[in-house]
Amino acid sequence: MTPLHLSHFTAALLFAIFASVVFGITQRNTPRDMVRYGAYCFTLFIVGVIGAGWAMWLLRH
Amino acid sequence: MTAASKSNIERAEAVPAPNAVMAVVAPAVGWLIPGAGHLLQKRWTRGLLLMVSVVAMFALGLLMEGKLYSPNTGDILDVLGFIGDVGAGALYIVSKALDAGTGNIARATADYGTKYLIVAGLLNIISAVDAYHIAIGKKP
Repeated sequence: MTPLHLSHFTAALLFAIFASVVFGITQRNTPRDMVRYGAYCFTLFIVGVIGAGWAMWLLRH
Repeated sequence: MTAASKSNIERAEAVPAPNAVMAVVAPAVGWLIPGAGHLLQKRWTRGLLLMVSVVAMFALGLLMEGKLYSPNTGDILDVLGFIGDVGAGALYIVSKALDAGTGNIARATADYGTKYLIVAGLLNIISAVDAYHIAIGKKP
């Protein structure tokens, strides 16, 4: 089995996609709300990742 | 009868009656095979999306050389990792049987893989609980 080497951002992006799909489906009742909540979770994940990245950059500089 | 109470009655009629057998079978099957609890209840799209998400996450975790925890190492953190991993049901059982998920401490991405494996299991537990809520009529 060839090991897969993802960058930190790619790993976080894939994590956000899969987790958002499950959160959207399980935490809301109608298809429309599921899509909206999934998109909301995905946005929060990505904003969190980029925000944390910049916070670490500021700490280092 | 007011329009609001009429609407409530219509909504109650639209929700299928709770099924006692399904309330046990759906979460159990959903835990064993990710998404199957929803598929069993004819929630095809939701079931397939859950299945793809959990299986893909678990497979990526293994491909990234993540570590699968064992139940009895004596370390409390290992026990917590095991609880997360075992949530993936058959994926965990088969992977352990095939001796996959040995981990690789020399690589940072292997640590990401370990987290992927744990979270795939935890997401599968959420899916199984959701299948239970559908079976008891709490969710459409």
